[in-house]
Amino acid sequence: MSQTQESVREDGIIASVSGPVVTARDLDARMNDVVYVGDEGLMGEVIEIEGDITTIQVYEETSGVGPGEPVENTGDPLTVDLGPGLLDTIYDGVQRPLDVLETKMGSPYLDRGVDAPGIELEKEWEFDPTVEVGDVVEPGDVVGVVEETVTIDLKVMVPPDFEGGEVDSVESGSFTVTEPVVTLDNGEEITMRQEWPVREARPSATKKTPRKPLVSGQRILDGLFPIAKGGTAAIPGPFGSGKTVTQHSLAKFADADIIVYVGCGERGNEMTEVIDDFPELEDPSTGNPLMARTSLIANTSNMPVAARESCVYTGITIAEFYRDMGYDVALMADSTSRWAEAMREISSRLEEMPGEEGYPAYLSARLSEFYERAGAFENINGTEGSISAIGAVSPPGGDFSEPVTQNTLRIVKTFWALDADLAERRHFPAINWNESYSLYKEQLDPWFQENVDDDWPVERQWAVDVLDEEGELQEIVQLVGKDALPEDQQLTLEVASYLKEAYLQQNAFNPNDMYCPPEKTFAMLTTIHHFNDEAFKALEAGVPVEEIISIDAAPRLNRIAVQDDWKEFIAELEADIQEQLRELY
Amino acid sequence: MKEYQTISEISGPLVFAEVDEPIGYDEIVEIETPEGETKRGQVLESSEGVVAIQVFEGTTGIDKNASVRFLGETMKMPVTEDLLGRVLDGSGQPIDGGPDIVPDERHDIVGAAINPYSREYPEEFIQTGVSAVDGMNTLVRGQKLPIFSGSGLPHNDLALQVARQATVPEEADDEDGGSEFAVIFGAMGITAEEANEFMDDFERTGALERSVVFMNLADDPAVERTVTPRMALTTAEYLAFEKDYHVLVILTDMTNYCEALREIGAAREEVPGRRGYPGYMYTDLAQLYERAGRIKGREGSVTQIPILTMPGDDDTHPIPDLTGYITEGQIMMDRDLNSQGVQPPVNVLPSLSRLMDDGIGEGLTREDHADVSDQMYAAYAEGEDLRDLVNIVGREALSDLDNKYLDFADRFEDEFVDQGYDTNRTIEETLEIGWDLLSMLPKDELNRVDEELIEAHYREEETEEVAAD
Repeated sequence: MSQTQESVREDGIIASVSGPVVTARDLDARMNDVVYVGDEGLMGEVIEIEGDITTIQVYEETSGVGPGEPVENTGDPLTVDLGPGLLDTIYDGVQRPLDVLETKMGSPYLDRGVDAPGIELEKEWEFDPTVEVGDVVEPGDVVGVVEETVTIDLKVMVPPDFEGGEVDSVESGSFTVTEPVVTLDNGEEITMRQEWPVREARPSATKKTPRKPLVSGQRILDGLFPIAKGGTAAIPGPFGSGKTVTQHSLAKFADADIIVYVGCGERGNEMTEVIDDFPELEDPSTGNPLMARTSLIANTSNMPVAARESCVYTGITIAEFYRDMGYDVALMADSTSRWAEAMREISSRLEEMPGEEGYPAYLSARLSEFYERAGAFENINGTEGSISAIGAVSPPGGDFSEPVTQNTLRIVKTFWALDADLAERRHFPAINWNESYSLYKEQLDPWFQENVDDDWPVERQWAVDVLDEEGELQEIVQLVGKDALPEDQQLTLEVASYLKEAYLQQNAFNPNDMYCPPEKTFAMLTTIHHFNDEAFKALEAGVPVEEIISIDAAPRLNRIAVQDDWKEFIAELEADIQEQLRELY
Repeated sequence: MKEYQTISEISGPLVFAEVDEPIGYDEIVEIETPEGETKRGQVLESSEGVVAIQVFEGTTGIDKNASVRFLGETMKMPVTEDLLGRVLDGSGQPIDGGPDIVPDERHDIVGAAINPYSREYPEEFIQTGVSAVDGMNTLVRGQKLPIFSGSGLPHNDLALQVARQATVPEEADDEDGGSEFAVIFGAMGITAEEANEFMDDFERTGALERSVVFMNLADDPAVERTVTPRMALTTAEYLAFEKDYHVLVILTDMTNYCEALREIGAAREEVPGRRGYPGYMYTDLAQLYERAGRIKGREGSVTQIPILTMPGDDDTHPIPDLTGYITEGQIMMDRDLNSQGVQPPVNVLPSLSRLMDDGIGEGLTREDHADVSDQMYAAYAEGEDLRDLVNIVGREALSDLDNKYLDFADRFEDEFVDQGYDTNRTIEETLEIGWDLLSMLPKDELNRVDEELIEAHYREEETEEVAAD
């Protein structure tokens, strides 16, 4: 956080303290101004003004703070610092870098009243200009490039709230983020760093219909329920159903340029895992460390609740900054329920009239505001960029009828329903194929047809049909047992079980299986389809179903995913299936 | 320090007093009743002129003439290594008749959040000697793994067994035995009888020497329960991160803790959340559970096993639900298994350890651990499904293979899970039993196990024996 502007407004004193909610008297402040509360200077934000009483949500623990202590107003809304250094960094919910906090506090515990700028102010970056003196630039235009990480070039842009004009002078070489690198004839100085209020969307020219998939390397997602670059998705599921593992897989393998991962009110150890793993893992598209394209925001469940409320905004503002440069950004928020609960907690301390299940009446508005900041955009500088937003939802008791899930489903177009039953039998990812849906399927088919195979939509529909039929047959099996079914239905069940075991399951810990490129996803499906066709031919020729399903080659379908050379393995397997089945008749 | 005789309202566990100086949020308060009894409390809300105080020992005996003293500091726990072997009450006063505690330091009991950047990811396997835990839901150092139980189930026996047997195998072989091991036991609202059970076991096994016990019994003030786990965890953090102990914290029963939260919330006339529990219960529980972990550059660790009894055995009740969203898995006790006499009656299907994958495998436990456990999960789930079917159509109507799965499920419960509270199995023993059971199934069915591992461990003769039945 930054306080570059001098405080111009009147300071006040604390009138009352109740947990994260503090009221102050005689404070001259605007809504959403950032204030420093008490002798220790705890950071807070103005959330209500009534008469001469101002209500503040405090982003830090308030033990020991009492009435009479001062409240200092910065006069600025909550902003994030945008500039080189956002990637390969881990922040708390109000964009304080956690490594800097550790050094400053000299302790592994998060102390209070310590502030740190979101991007390092002293570090020098190599600025390479792309404009010359005399060029005319408008807001959003790129004036130069900085190599931020090995993967990503950060584009230095004219801030959207500048007027723009003719370039008066241009620098080149090493500069800190606060030194002007380009000056305009109207006196505006452009630095590598911008500030932007988190609760306000950065401007864009237009929003477009997304046509490209965000390839995730997860078979059930790419194959059955794809999300578009610029799309929105929700992953609801009860605890233990694998929300976080799915989010981690997406963060690791999705083919976005930039990943913003927001750990909102979740476990400390999970964030540590990301911090430990990501620098070691390779980005599948470039081979560079994953952290080089990742910005992490960690507000664990035991960190102050008000900062949890702000962390998703911090995340999406960072995402918008990279979108403006023309990058495809994927934002994961784990979990939006914790964010909603933070709103509820603050709201109940303000004694607002509650809506459904105690959530504030503005829950739905806030959720849609957030997801609407995602999309495929044409930026104000003419480039195209996208933000895909994927939110985990943690419904109490796994009941999807609760307000957060329901309000989210009204907005998002992809729904990946996690299922406790599947998780219990260790079927991962535990995404229920009957309940999940993607409304992007049709608009993404042309891309898959062009880049993978013309039959992509046909094969997918075949898989969906088999799984549907299996669902119906299972109900009968529950009553009469499998052997009472006619032979063709028994065979369908067998095929469906390979779809479930071999295709839909994916091992996030196996090096060959954790990432499945679309070609392999497609090839695995056609191999199972091939088995299906050959098996039904055999059945028609009068071979008993027991003999068909007990051919040696069939169980090898389950092993395609983990092979080093899956292409060769599939070629052999398809031949063996055909040979062994045709031998039977 | 000023004394006030200005109490304006007494309601349930809360006292409201008028003050003429600023009082800090969370500050500690002493209230002296006219009879001379001193009660302690904490500031819940502080505004100019009036404060709300939550009284730990109950408000009985307080009247408007009682005097209120504000101590000017938030609640602290006196910590020292000498606490080991001591028994304290729910607010940290010795009740074992021993000497007064001379603290080395006094720590704020609220505890600050550990910076996620400073955490060390937990991946050291703890061998509990319980197959259902080690084999299927492995516990690692720095994890928080609760036991979800119900009234009348033997969760205490399991917790005691784990406390008794927990070791880290490679360190046990080590000459200096690695770091020392300590148990912190925080009891909230348990009955005197249960407390005796724990104390007897601690004394019988000599575990008391390396334990610190905090006892808030069922007839102790409910509000005190809200500080007991914080005292326990503050002590645990001190021993772990300043004195290099590996600390196992057992908190029982978290349900009573949550009831106390609800009681305070109701007395403050807060807007209630689900089932009357306060809306901030998630945050509150997280502030306890997240105090488990490891820290970079520090030797020790805090591992938590909170126990909670699910009202009506319902795991969607807010207490287990919110807990499950914070903790790294859960061990689920099962009423049916208990009535079958399985000891410990752990149902592995809904149980889970999230940190298992990183704590097992070659060099940590054994290379086949992950595959064996996955396969057993799948096979047991299959067997469980078939049991429903058997009830309708009978065993004869099922295929050979289905019957094998049914036998597998039976033997899994009888041989793998049911080991008794005094058996301590090494991880090798656990996995070998696993292979004995998996070998009942045809090789083709073991589709979650690597082929090479099947070759190395599959018991050929078992299949024939079963087939001959």
